[in-house]
Amino acid sequence: MSNFETVIGLEVHVELKTNSKIFSPAPNAFGSEPNSNVNPIDLGYPGVLPVLNEEAVNYAMKAAMAINCDIATDTKFDRKNYFYPDNPKAYQISQFDQPIGENGYIDIEVNGETKRIGITRLHLEEDAGKLTHNDDGYSLVDYNRQGTPLVEIVSEPDIRTPEEAYAYLEKLKNIIQYTGVSDCKMEEGSLRCDANISIRPIGQKEFGTKTELKNLNSFSFVQKGLEFEEKRQREVLLNGGEILQETRRYDEKTKETILMRVKEGSDDYRYFPEPDLVPLYIDDAWKERIRKEIPELPDARLARYVKDLDLPAYDAGVLTSTIEMSDFFEAAIAAGADPKQASNWLMGEVSAYMNKQQVEITDLKMTPEGLAKMIKLIEDGTISSKMAKKVFAELVENGGDPEKIVKEKGLVQISDEGQLRDIISGILDANEQSIIDYKNGKDKALGFLVGQTMKATKGQANPPMVNKIILEEIDKR
Amino acid sequence: MADISKEQVKHVANLARLAITDEEVERMTKQLADIINYAELLNELDTDNVKPTTHVLDLKNVMRKDEPREWISKEDALKNAPDQKDGQFRVPSILE
Repeated sequence: MSNFETVIGLEVHVELKTNSKIFSPAPNAFGSEPNSNVNPIDLGYPGVLPVLNEEAVNYAMKAAMAINCDIATDTKFDRKNYFYPDNPKAYQISQFDQPIGENGYIDIEVNGETKRIGITRLHLEEDAGKLTHNDDGYSLVDYNRQGTPLVEIVSEPDIRTPEEAYAYLEKLKNIIQYTGVSDCKMEEGSLRCDANISIRPIGQKEFGTKTELKNLNSFSFVQKGLEFEEKRQREVLLNGGEILQETRRYDEKTKETILMRVKEGSDDYRYFPEPDLVPLYIDDAWKERIRKEIPELPDARLARYVKDLDLPAYDAGVLTSTIEMSDFFEAAIAAGADPKQASNWLMGEVSAYMNKQQVEITDLKMTPEGLAKMIKLIEDGTISSKMAKKVFAELVENGGDPEKIVKEKGLVQISDEGQLRDIISGILDANEQSIIDYKNGKDKALGFLVGQTMKATKGQANPPMVNKIILEEIDKR
Repeated sequence: MADISKEQVKHVANLARLAITDEEVERMTKQLADIINYAELLNELDTDNVKPTTHVLDLKNVMRKDEPREWISKEDALKNAPDQKDGQFRVPSILE
Protein backbone atom coordinates (compact mmCIF):
# COMPACT_ATOMS: atom_id res chain seq x y z
CA MET A 1 0.00 0.00 0.00
CA SER A 2 1.71 3.12 -1.13
CA ASN A 3 1.80 6.05 1.29
CA PHE A 4 0.02 4.09 4.01
CA GLU A 5 1.28 1.62 6.54
CA THR A 6 -0.98 -1.11 7.90
CA VAL A 7 -0.99 -1.97 11.59
CA ILE A 8 -2.54 -5.26 12.69
CA GLY A 9 -2.97 -6.83 16.12
CA LEU A 10 -4.55 -10.24 16.67
CA GLU A 11 -6.54 -11.66 19.55
CA VAL A 12 -6.56 -15.42 19.57
CA HIS A 13 -8.68 -17.60 21.83
CA VAL A 14 -7.54 -21.16 22.40
CA GLU A 15 -9.59 -23.78 24.27
CA LEU A 16 -7.55 -25.98 26.59
CA LYS A 17 -8.22 -29.70 26.38
CA THR A 18 -8.49 -30.53 30.05
CA ASN A 19 -10.77 -33.38 31.10
CA SER A 20 -13.08 -31.15 33.10
CA LYS A 21 -14.08 -27.51 33.01
CA ILE A 22 -12.12 -24.68 34.53
CA PHE A 23 -14.44 -23.88 37.44
CA SER A 24 -16.78 -26.87 37.56
CA PRO A 25 -16.19 -30.62 37.49
CA ALA A 26 -18.43 -31.14 34.45
CA PRO A 27 -16.71 -32.85 31.50
CA ASN A 28 -14.96 -30.74 28.90
CA ALA A 29 -15.76 -32.36 25.56
CA PHE A 30 -16.55 -31.25 22.04
CA GLY A 31 -19.45 -32.66 20.06
CA SER A 32 -21.65 -33.95 22.87
CA GLU A 33 -25.43 -33.68 22.80
CA PRO A 34 -26.43 -30.09 23.66
CA ASN A 35 -26.59 -29.30 27.38
CA SER A 36 -25.43 -32.76 28.42
CA ASN A 37 -22.08 -31.61 29.91
CA VAL A 38 -23.30 -29.01 32.35
CA ASN A 39 -23.73 -28.69 36.08
CA PRO A 40 -25.27 -25.99 38.30
CA ILE A 41 -21.98 -24.04 38.39
CA ASP A 42 -21.95 -23.74 34.61
CA LEU A 43 -25.60 -22.73 34.65
CA GLY A 44 -24.95 -20.00 37.20
CA TYR A 45 -27.39 -21.26 39.82
CA PRO A 46 -27.65 -19.21 43.01
CA GLY A 47 -25.27 -20.29 45.76
CA VAL A 48 -22.83 -22.29 43.67
CA LEU A 49 -19.11 -21.69 43.98
CA PRO A 50 -16.42 -22.12 41.34
CA VAL A 51 -13.31 -24.15 42.20
CA LEU A 52 -10.27 -23.74 39.98
CA ASN A 53 -9.04 -26.71 37.93
CA GLU A 54 -5.29 -26.99 38.57
CA GLU A 55 -4.62 -28.50 35.16
CA ALA A 56 -6.13 -25.45 33.42
CA VAL A 57 -3.51 -23.30 35.17
CA ASN A 58 -0.76 -25.75 34.22
CA TYR A 59 -1.86 -25.71 30.58
CA ALA A 60 -2.10 -21.92 30.47
CA MET A 61 1.40 -21.66 31.95
CA LYS A 62 2.72 -24.14 29.42
CA ALA A 63 1.21 -22.19 26.51
CA ALA A 64 2.51 -18.90 27.92
CA MET A 65 6.02 -20.30 28.35
CA ALA A 66 6.02 -21.74 24.83
CA ILE A 67 5.40 -18.25 23.44
CA ASN A 68 8.17 -16.82 25.60
CA CYS A 69 6.01 -14.99 28.15
CA ASP A 70 7.10 -14.01 31.65
CA ILE A 71 4.97 -15.99 34.08
CA ALA A 72 3.22 -14.08 36.85
CA THR A 73 4.04 -14.98 40.43
CA ASP A 74 1.00 -13.29 41.93
CA THR A 75 -2.08 -13.65 39.82
CA LYS A 76 -5.84 -13.79 40.26
CA PHE A 77 -9.16 -13.89 38.49
CA ASP A 78 -11.51 -11.01 37.80
CA ARG A 79 -15.15 -10.63 36.95
CA LYS A 80 -16.03 -9.20 33.57
CA ASN A 81 -19.65 -8.11 33.68
CA TYR A 82 -21.91 -8.30 30.64
CA PHE A 83 -25.39 -9.44 29.76
CA TYR A 84 -25.62 -11.92 26.96
CA PRO A 85 -27.42 -15.26 26.93
CA ASP A 86 -24.23 -17.19 26.12
CA ASN A 87 -23.25 -16.72 29.77
CA PRO A 88 -25.94 -17.43 32.36
CA LYS A 89 -24.02 -15.80 35.23
CA ALA A 90 -24.08 -12.42 33.46
CA TYR A 91 -20.33 -12.26 34.05
CA GLN A 92 -17.32 -14.08 32.72
CA ILE A 93 -14.52 -15.09 35.05
CA SER A 94 -11.41 -13.79 33.35
CA GLN A 95 -8.14 -12.07 34.22
CA PHE A 96 -7.79 -8.30 34.05
CA ASP A 97 -4.63 -6.73 35.44
CA GLN A 98 -2.61 -9.80 36.41
CA PRO A 99 -2.57 -12.16 33.43
CA ILE A 100 -0.69 -15.47 33.78
CA GLY A 101 1.72 -14.51 31.00
CA GLU A 102 3.07 -11.20 29.67
CA ASN A 103 5.78 -9.86 27.34
CA GLY A 104 6.16 -12.85 25.07
CA TYR A 105 6.98 -13.17 21.37
CA ILE A 106 7.05 -15.57 18.48
CA ASP A 107 9.22 -15.47 15.37
CA ILE A 108 7.52 -15.77 12.03
CA GLU A 109 8.96 -16.15 8.57
CA VAL A 110 7.55 -14.23 5.60
CA ASN A 111 9.22 -14.12 2.18
CA GLY A 112 12.36 -15.69 3.57
CA GLU A 113 12.74 -13.14 6.34
CA THR A 114 12.33 -13.73 10.04
CA LYS A 115 10.31 -11.22 12.02
CA ARG A 116 9.58 -11.13 15.73
CA ILE A 117 5.97 -10.45 16.75
CA GLY A 118 5.48 -9.38 20.34
CA ILE A 119 2.83 -10.92 22.57
CA THR A 120 1.29 -8.50 25.03
CA ARG A 121 -0.37 -11.04 27.25
CA LEU A 122 -1.88 -14.47 27.70
CA HIS A 123 -4.67 -14.77 30.22
CA LEU A 124 -6.88 -17.56 31.45
CA GLU A 125 -10.68 -17.37 31.40
CA GLU A 126 -13.81 -19.42 30.86
CA ASP A 127 -15.48 -19.95 27.52
CA ALA A 128 -19.17 -19.14 27.09
CA GLY A 129 -22.03 -21.23 25.73
CA LYS A 130 -22.84 -21.52 22.06
CA LEU A 131 -25.70 -19.61 20.50
CA THR A 132 -27.46 -20.68 17.34
CA HIS A 133 -29.44 -17.85 15.79
CA ASN A 134 -32.68 -18.79 14.10
CA ASP A 135 -34.83 -16.80 11.73
CA ASP A 136 -37.88 -16.99 13.97
CA GLY A 137 -36.71 -14.28 16.34
CA TYR A 138 -35.26 -16.76 18.81
CA SER A 139 -31.84 -18.16 19.50
CA LEU A 140 -30.96 -21.56 20.94
CA VAL A 141 -28.30 -21.94 23.62
CA ASP A 142 -26.11 -24.95 24.30
CA TYR A 143 -24.12 -24.55 27.53
CA ASN A 144 -21.74 -27.47 26.98
CA ARG A 145 -18.98 -25.03 26.09
CA GLN A 146 -19.69 -22.83 29.10
CA GLY A 147 -16.73 -23.12 31.46
CA THR A 148 -14.29 -24.67 28.99
CA PRO A 149 -10.86 -23.34 29.93
CA LEU A 150 -9.77 -20.73 27.46
CA VAL A 151 -6.63 -18.68 27.00
CA GLU A 152 -6.71 -15.36 25.20
CA ILE A 153 -3.46 -14.45 23.48
CA VAL A 154 -3.11 -10.81 22.50
CA SER A 155 -0.38 -9.77 20.08
CA GLU A 156 1.37 -6.43 20.02
CA PRO A 157 0.42 -4.25 17.02
CA ASP A 158 3.60 -5.50 15.32
CA ILE A 159 1.98 -7.12 12.30
CA ARG A 160 2.23 -5.05 9.13
CA THR A 161 0.62 -7.14 6.40
CA PRO A 162 -2.25 -9.64 6.10
CA GLU A 163 0.37 -12.17 5.02
CA GLU A 164 2.23 -11.67 8.30
CA ALA A 165 -1.05 -12.14 10.14
CA TYR A 166 -1.47 -15.49 8.41
CA ALA A 167 2.10 -16.52 9.23
CA TYR A 168 1.62 -15.47 12.87
CA LEU A 169 -1.52 -17.61 13.20
CA GLU A 170 0.12 -20.63 11.59
CA LYS A 171 3.11 -20.34 13.88
CA LEU A 172 1.06 -19.75 17.02
CA LYS A 173 -1.15 -22.73 16.24
CA ASN A 174 1.87 -24.89 15.55
CA ILE A 175 3.58 -23.96 18.83
CA ILE A 176 0.43 -24.49 20.91
CA GLN A 177 -0.17 -27.86 19.24
CA TYR A 178 3.39 -28.93 20.09
CA THR A 179 2.73 -28.15 23.77
CA GLY A 180 -0.29 -30.47 23.62
CA VAL A 181 -2.60 -28.14 25.57
CA SER A 182 -5.06 -27.67 22.70
CA ASP A 183 -6.08 -29.19 19.38
CA CYS A 184 -6.34 -25.69 17.89
CA LYS A 185 -9.06 -26.76 15.49
CA MET A 186 -10.66 -23.70 13.99
CA GLU A 187 -13.47 -25.78 12.52
CA GLU A 188 -14.42 -26.97 16.01
CA GLY A 189 -13.90 -23.55 17.54
CA SER A 190 -10.99 -24.59 19.74
CA LEU A 191 -9.00 -21.77 18.10
CA ARG A 192 -10.73 -18.50 17.26
CA CYS A 193 -9.35 -15.21 16.03
CA ASP A 194 -10.37 -11.55 16.02
CA ALA A 195 -8.27 -9.01 14.18
CA ASN A 196 -7.71 -5.30 14.80
CA ILE A 197 -6.54 -3.26 11.84
CA SER A 198 -5.76 0.37 11.18
CA ILE A 199 -3.71 2.26 8.63
CA ARG A 200 -1.65 5.42 8.96
CA PRO A 201 0.34 7.61 6.61
CA ILE A 202 3.93 6.34 6.46
CA GLY A 203 6.02 8.24 8.98
CA GLN A 204 3.11 9.03 11.29
CA LYS A 205 3.70 7.84 14.85
CA GLU A 206 0.15 7.70 16.15
CA PHE A 207 -2.00 4.76 15.18
CA GLY A 208 -5.00 5.37 12.96
CA THR A 209 -8.50 4.50 14.15
CA LYS A 210 -8.87 0.73 14.15
CA THR A 211 -11.67 -1.54 13.17
CA GLU A 212 -12.20 -4.99 14.62
CA LEU A 213 -12.89 -7.96 12.37
CA LYS A 214 -14.98 -10.87 13.60
CA ASN A 215 -16.40 -14.05 12.12
CA LEU A 216 -13.04 -15.11 10.73
CA ASN A 217 -13.51 -18.84 10.35
CA SER A 218 -10.17 -19.81 8.83
CA PHE A 219 -6.67 -18.41 8.65
CA SER A 220 -7.13 -17.62 4.98
CA PHE A 221 -10.34 -15.72 5.77
CA VAL A 222 -8.34 -13.71 8.32
CA GLN A 223 -5.89 -12.83 5.58
CA LYS A 224 -8.62 -12.08 3.02
CA GLY A 225 -10.66 -10.04 5.48
CA LEU A 226 -7.62 -7.97 6.39
CA GLU A 227 -6.73 -7.47 2.73
CA PHE A 228 -10.23 -6.20 2.03
CA GLU A 229 -10.22 -4.00 5.10
CA GLU A 230 -6.88 -2.33 4.40
CA LYS A 231 -8.10 -1.49 0.90
CA ARG A 232 -11.42 -0.20 2.23
CA GLN A 233 -9.79 2.00 4.86
CA ARG A 234 -7.37 3.38 2.30
CA GLU A 235 -10.18 4.30 -0.07
CA VAL A 236 -12.15 5.97 2.73
CA LEU A 237 -9.15 8.05 3.76
CA LEU A 238 -8.13 8.94 0.21
CA ASN A 239 -11.67 10.14 -0.42
CA GLY A 240 -11.46 12.45 2.56
CA GLY A 241 -13.57 10.22 4.78
CA GLU A 242 -13.06 9.13 8.35
CA ILE A 243 -12.53 5.64 9.78
CA LEU A 244 -14.96 4.90 12.58
CA GLN A 245 -14.14 2.60 15.44
CA GLU A 246 -16.42 -0.25 14.54
CA THR A 247 -16.80 -3.99 14.54
CA ARG A 248 -17.04 -5.58 11.13
CA ARG A 249 -17.85 -9.09 10.05
CA TYR A 250 -16.14 -10.90 7.18
CA ASP A 251 -18.59 -12.31 4.68
CA GLU A 252 -17.13 -15.41 3.04
CA LYS A 253 -19.47 -15.22 0.05
CA THR A 254 -19.02 -11.60 -0.98
CA LYS A 255 -15.41 -11.53 0.35
CA GLU A 256 -16.19 -8.20 1.98
CA THR A 257 -16.26 -6.90 5.52
CA ILE A 258 -19.68 -5.76 6.67
CA LEU A 259 -20.47 -3.35 9.48
CA MET A 260 -21.82 -5.05 12.61
CA ARG A 261 -21.86 -2.13 15.01
CA VAL A 262 -20.16 1.15 15.71
CA LYS A 263 -18.37 1.24 19.04
CA GLU A 264 -19.32 4.23 21.13
CA GLY A 265 -16.79 4.74 23.87
CA SER A 266 -14.91 1.87 25.42
CA ASP A 267 -16.69 -1.21 26.68
CA ASP A 268 -17.79 -0.91 30.27
CA TYR A 269 -17.22 -4.33 31.79
CA ARG A 270 -16.69 -3.09 35.36
CA TYR A 271 -13.95 -5.60 36.14
CA PHE A 272 -13.33 -6.39 39.78
CA PRO A 273 -11.48 -9.16 41.61
CA GLU A 274 -13.52 -12.37 41.59
CA PRO A 275 -14.66 -12.76 45.20
CA ASP A 276 -15.49 -16.47 44.76
CA LEU A 277 -11.89 -17.44 43.98
CA VAL A 278 -8.81 -16.91 46.11
CA PRO A 279 -5.59 -15.57 44.54
CA LEU A 280 -3.01 -17.74 42.85
CA TYR A 281 0.61 -17.75 43.88
CA ILE A 282 2.88 -19.41 41.33
CA ASP A 283 6.24 -20.09 42.93
CA ASP A 284 9.47 -20.91 41.12
CA ALA A 285 9.17 -24.63 41.81
CA TRP A 286 5.77 -24.74 40.12
CA LYS A 287 7.07 -22.76 37.14
CA GLU A 288 10.09 -25.05 36.83
CA ARG A 289 7.97 -28.16 36.96
CA ILE A 290 5.85 -26.92 34.06
CA ARG A 291 8.85 -25.67 32.09
CA LYS A 292 10.32 -29.17 32.19
CA GLU A 293 7.13 -30.58 30.66
CA ILE A 294 7.38 -28.44 27.53
CA PRO A 295 8.51 -30.62 24.66
CA GLU A 296 10.94 -29.56 21.96
CA LEU A 297 9.18 -26.76 20.04
CA PRO A 298 9.06 -26.35 16.23
CA ASP A 299 11.89 -23.82 15.93
CA ALA A 300 14.23 -26.02 17.97
CA ARG A 301 13.25 -29.10 15.98
CA LEU A 302 13.77 -27.31 12.70
CA ALA A 303 17.24 -26.19 13.77
CA ARG A 304 18.12 -29.71 14.88
CA TYR A 305 16.97 -31.26 11.58
CA VAL A 306 19.22 -28.87 9.70
CA LYS A 307 22.21 -29.21 12.00
CA ASP A 308 22.14 -32.87 13.02
CA LEU A 309 20.27 -34.51 10.17
CA ASP A 310 21.66 -32.37 7.32
CA LEU A 311 18.22 -31.62 5.94
CA PRO A 312 17.70 -28.47 3.85
CA ALA A 313 16.04 -25.68 5.88
CA TYR A 314 13.01 -25.76 3.58
CA ASP A 315 12.47 -29.50 4.14
CA ALA A 316 12.95 -29.11 7.90
CA GLY A 317 10.36 -26.32 7.83
CA VAL A 318 7.80 -28.48 6.07
CA LEU A 319 8.42 -31.45 8.37
CA THR A 320 8.01 -29.35 11.53
CA SER A 321 5.01 -27.37 10.28
CA THR A 322 2.66 -29.66 12.19
CA ILE A 323 3.40 -31.74 15.24
CA GLU A 324 1.74 -34.77 13.61
CA MET A 325 4.08 -34.67 10.61
CA SER A 326 7.11 -34.05 12.78
CA ASP A 327 6.25 -36.85 15.22
CA PHE A 328 5.72 -39.23 12.30
CA PHE A 329 9.13 -38.31 10.93
CA GLU A 330 10.75 -38.71 14.36
CA ALA A 331 9.20 -42.16 14.76
CA ALA A 332 10.30 -43.21 11.26
CA ILE A 333 13.94 -42.31 11.86
CA ALA A 334 13.77 -43.88 15.33
CA ALA A 335 12.70 -47.07 13.48
CA GLY A 336 15.88 -46.85 11.40
CA ALA A 337 14.83 -44.88 8.33
CA ASP A 338 17.42 -42.71 6.63
CA PRO A 339 16.39 -39.13 7.54
CA LYS A 340 16.82 -37.78 4.03
CA GLN A 341 14.82 -40.64 2.51
CA ALA A 342 12.09 -40.38 5.16
CA SER A 343 11.92 -36.65 4.54
CA ASN A 344 11.64 -37.14 0.78
CA TRP A 345 8.83 -39.65 1.13
CA LEU A 346 6.91 -37.54 3.62
CA MET A 347 7.22 -34.37 1.57
CA GLY A 348 6.59 -36.14 -1.73
CA GLU A 349 4.38 -39.20 -2.02
CA VAL A 350 2.89 -39.04 1.49
CA SER A 351 1.92 -35.37 1.26
CA ALA A 352 0.55 -35.87 -2.25
CA TYR A 353 -1.61 -38.74 -1.00
CA MET A 354 -2.84 -36.72 1.98
CA ASN A 355 -3.75 -33.79 -0.26
CA LYS A 356 -5.52 -35.98 -2.77
CA GLN A 357 -7.51 -37.88 -0.15
CA GLN A 358 -7.97 -34.82 2.10
CA VAL A 359 -6.75 -36.75 5.15
CA GLU A 360 -4.34 -36.01 7.95
CA ILE A 361 -1.18 -37.96 8.56
CA THR A 362 -2.74 -39.43 11.71
CA ASP A 363 -5.51 -40.91 9.53
CA LEU A 364 -3.06 -42.97 7.49
CA LYS A 365 -2.97 -46.75 7.84
CA MET A 366 0.77 -46.61 7.19
CA THR A 367 2.82 -46.45 10.38
CA PRO A 368 6.19 -44.70 10.73
CA GLU A 369 7.71 -48.16 11.23
CA GLY A 370 6.14 -49.29 7.95
CA LEU A 371 7.66 -46.36 6.10
CA ALA A 372 11.04 -47.02 7.70
CA LYS A 373 10.93 -50.67 6.66
CA MET A 374 10.00 -49.79 3.09
CA ILE A 375 12.90 -47.35 2.90
CA LYS A 376 15.25 -50.06 4.14
CA LEU A 377 13.99 -52.45 1.44
CA ILE A 378 14.88 -49.85 -1.18
CA GLU A 379 18.28 -49.22 0.36
CA ASP A 380 19.30 -52.86 0.51
CA GLY A 381 18.21 -53.37 -3.10
CA THR A 382 15.32 -55.72 -2.32
CA ILE A 383 13.00 -53.47 -4.30
CA SER A 384 13.63 -50.79 -6.90
CA SER A 385 12.31 -47.29 -6.39
CA LYS A 386 9.76 -48.06 -9.10
CA MET A 387 8.53 -51.09 -7.14
CA ALA A 388 8.54 -48.96 -4.02
CA LYS A 389 5.78 -46.85 -5.51
CA LYS A 390 3.62 -49.98 -5.77
CA VAL A 391 4.51 -51.01 -2.24
CA PHE A 392 3.76 -47.49 -1.03
CA ALA A 393 0.35 -47.44 -2.74
CA GLU A 394 -0.60 -50.60 -0.85
CA LEU A 395 1.05 -49.50 2.40
CA VAL A 396 -0.57 -46.09 2.55
CA GLU A 397 -3.99 -47.43 1.63
CA ASN A 398 -4.13 -50.55 3.79
CA GLY A 399 -1.11 -50.48 6.07
CA GLY A 400 0.68 -53.72 6.86
CA ASP A 401 4.20 -54.99 6.66
CA PRO A 402 6.16 -53.81 3.59
CA GLU A 403 8.08 -57.09 3.44
CA LYS A 404 4.83 -59.02 3.22
CA ILE A 405 3.49 -56.68 0.57
CA VAL A 406 6.64 -57.19 -1.47
CA LYS A 407 6.26 -60.97 -1.28
CA GLU A 408 2.51 -60.99 -1.96
CA LYS A 409 2.86 -58.80 -4.99
CA GLY A 410 5.88 -60.76 -6.22
CA LEU A 411 7.85 -57.54 -6.26
CA VAL A 412 11.19 -58.89 -5.13
CA GLN A 413 13.92 -57.40 -7.22
CA ILE A 414 16.25 -59.71 -9.10
CA SER A 415 19.73 -58.65 -8.07
CA ASP A 416 21.43 -61.98 -8.65
CA GLU A 417 24.18 -61.20 -11.15
CA GLY A 418 24.42 -64.66 -12.66
CA GLN A 419 20.69 -64.91 -13.15
CA LEU A 420 20.55 -61.48 -14.78
CA ARG A 421 23.53 -62.25 -17.01
CA ASP A 422 21.78 -65.39 -18.35
CA ILE A 423 18.60 -63.48 -19.12
CA ILE A 424 20.51 -60.63 -20.76
CA SER A 425 22.61 -63.02 -22.90
CA GLY A 426 19.40 -64.46 -24.29
CA ILE A 427 18.02 -61.03 -25.06
CA LEU A 428 21.22 -59.92 -26.78
CA ASP A 429 21.20 -63.10 -28.90
CA ALA A 430 17.70 -62.28 -30.05
CA ASN A 431 18.41 -58.63 -30.80
CA GLU A 432 21.68 -58.51 -32.73
CA GLN A 433 20.53 -55.49 -34.73
CA SER A 434 20.25 -53.46 -31.53
CA ILE A 435 23.83 -54.27 -30.63
CA ILE A 436 24.97 -53.06 -34.05
CA ASP A 437 22.84 -49.91 -33.70
CA TYR A 438 24.29 -49.19 -30.27
CA LYS A 439 27.84 -49.65 -31.54
CA ASN A 440 26.98 -47.19 -34.34
CA GLY A 441 26.14 -44.56 -31.74
CA LYS A 442 22.41 -45.04 -31.37
CA ASP A 443 21.97 -44.70 -27.60
CA LYS A 444 18.28 -45.47 -27.93
CA ALA A 445 19.15 -49.08 -28.65
CA LEU A 446 20.44 -49.47 -25.12
CA GLY A 447 17.13 -48.29 -23.73
CA PHE A 448 15.37 -50.87 -25.88
CA LEU A 449 17.55 -53.67 -24.53
CA VAL A 450 16.98 -52.56 -20.94
CA GLY A 451 13.26 -52.48 -21.67
CA GLN A 452 13.34 -56.00 -23.06
CA THR A 453 15.15 -57.20 -19.95
CA MET A 454 12.64 -55.55 -17.64
CA LYS A 455 9.84 -57.09 -19.68
CA ALA A 456 11.41 -60.53 -19.46
CA THR A 457 11.73 -60.18 -15.68
CA LYS A 458 8.27 -58.63 -15.22
CA GLY A 459 9.96 -55.45 -14.05
CA GLN A 460 11.77 -57.20 -11.25
CA ALA A 461 15.33 -56.82 -12.50
CA ASN A 462 17.54 -54.40 -10.60
CA PRO A 463 17.77 -51.51 -13.11
CA PRO A 464 21.30 -50.25 -12.35
CA MET A 465 22.61 -53.84 -12.59
CA VAL A 466 20.78 -54.45 -15.85
CA ASN A 467 22.42 -51.38 -17.36
CA LYS A 468 25.81 -52.40 -16.19
CA ILE A 469 25.57 -56.02 -17.36
CA ILE A 470 24.18 -55.11 -20.79
CA LEU A 471 27.12 -52.77 -21.41
CA GLU A 472 29.60 -55.41 -20.27
CA GLU A 473 28.01 -58.07 -22.49
CA ILE A 474 27.93 -55.79 -25.53
CA ASP A 475 31.62 -55.05 -25.03
CA LYS A 476 32.37 -58.76 -25.10
CA ARG A 477 30.72 -59.22 -28.48
CA MET B 1 -16.45 14.83 48.43
CA ALA B 2 -17.40 12.63 45.52
CA ASP B 3 -19.82 14.14 43.10
CA ILE B 4 -22.11 11.73 41.29
CA SER B 5 -24.00 12.97 38.28
CA LYS B 6 -27.44 11.87 37.21
CA GLU B 7 -25.91 10.66 33.96
CA GLN B 8 -23.60 8.34 35.87
CA VAL B 9 -26.54 6.91 37.77
CA LYS B 10 -28.47 6.37 34.56
CA HIS B 11 -25.40 4.79 32.96
CA VAL B 12 -24.91 2.38 35.85
CA ALA B 13 -28.62 1.55 35.86
CA ASN B 14 -28.45 0.80 32.17
CA LEU B 15 -25.42 -1.43 32.62
CA ALA B 16 -27.32 -3.35 35.28
CA ARG B 17 -30.40 -3.45 33.04
CA LEU B 18 -32.48 -1.60 35.64
CA ALA B 19 -35.35 0.62 34.58
CA ILE B 20 -35.51 3.51 37.05
CA THR B 21 -37.81 6.51 37.18
CA ASP B 22 -36.67 10.14 37.22
CA GLU B 23 -37.60 10.34 40.86
CA GLU B 24 -35.45 7.29 41.58
CA VAL B 25 -32.57 8.84 39.68
CA GLU B 26 -32.82 11.90 41.94
CA ARG B 27 -32.87 9.80 45.10
CA MET B 28 -30.16 7.39 44.04
CA THR B 29 -27.84 10.13 42.90
CA LYS B 30 -27.78 11.39 46.46
CA GLN B 31 -27.65 7.91 48.01
CA LEU B 32 -24.79 6.76 45.79
CA ALA B 33 -22.83 9.89 46.60
CA ASP B 34 -23.36 9.24 50.32
CA ILE B 35 -22.19 5.64 49.98
CA ILE B 36 -19.10 6.59 48.03
CA ASN B 37 -18.25 9.38 50.40
CA TYR B 38 -18.50 6.99 53.30
CA ALA B 39 -16.24 4.47 51.57
CA GLU B 40 -13.79 7.23 50.83
CA LEU B 41 -13.05 7.52 54.51
CA LEU B 42 -10.68 4.64 53.79
CA ASN B 43 -8.56 6.99 51.72
CA GLU B 44 -7.43 8.65 54.93
CA LEU B 45 -5.18 5.64 55.54
CA ASP B 46 -1.71 5.73 54.04
CA THR B 47 -1.48 2.57 51.94
CA ASP B 48 1.55 3.50 49.84
CA ASN B 49 3.55 0.53 51.04
CA VAL B 50 0.71 -1.96 51.29
CA LYS B 51 0.01 -4.57 48.63
CA PRO B 52 -3.55 -4.37 47.27
CA THR B 53 -5.91 -6.84 48.88
CA THR B 54 -7.64 -8.86 46.21
CA HIS B 55 -9.37 -11.22 48.57
CA VAL B 56 -10.39 -11.01 52.20
CA LEU B 57 -9.52 -14.62 53.02
CA ASP B 58 -5.92 -15.39 53.78
CA LEU B 59 -5.90 -18.32 51.40
CA LYS B 60 -4.25 -19.01 48.08
CA ASN B 61 -4.10 -21.73 45.44
CA VAL B 62 -7.35 -23.50 46.24
CA MET B 63 -7.68 -25.92 43.38
CA ARG B 64 -9.13 -29.27 42.45
CA LYS B 65 -7.83 -32.16 40.36
CA ASP B 66 -8.82 -32.33 36.71
CA GLU B 67 -11.38 -35.10 37.11
CA PRO B 68 -14.86 -34.93 35.59
CA ARG B 69 -17.61 -35.69 38.09
CA GLU B 70 -20.94 -34.32 39.27
CA TRP B 71 -22.78 -33.19 36.25
CA ILE B 72 -26.48 -33.33 35.68
CA SER B 73 -28.72 -34.80 33.02
CA LYS B 74 -29.82 -32.76 30.07
CA GLU B 75 -33.37 -32.97 31.40
CA ASP B 76 -32.35 -31.54 34.75
CA ALA B 77 -30.29 -28.86 33.06
CA LEU B 78 -33.32 -27.71 31.12
CA LYS B 79 -35.79 -28.11 33.98
CA ASN B 80 -35.73 -24.45 34.95
CA ALA B 81 -35.47 -23.07 31.44
CA PRO B 82 -38.23 -20.51 30.80
CA ASP B 83 -38.35 -21.81 27.25
CA GLN B 84 -36.65 -24.63 25.38
CA LYS B 85 -36.47 -26.29 22.01
CA ASP B 86 -34.59 -29.33 20.68
CA GLY B 87 -32.78 -29.83 23.96
CA GLN B 88 -31.54 -26.26 24.03
CA PHE B 89 -32.43 -23.14 25.95
CA ARG B 90 -34.55 -20.83 23.83
CA VAL B 91 -34.01 -17.10 24.22
CA PRO B 92 -35.16 -13.99 22.35
CA SER B 93 -32.78 -13.41 19.47
CA ILE B 94 -29.99 -10.98 20.22
CA LEU B 95 -28.40 -10.60 16.84
CA GLU B 96 -25.82 -7.88 16.61
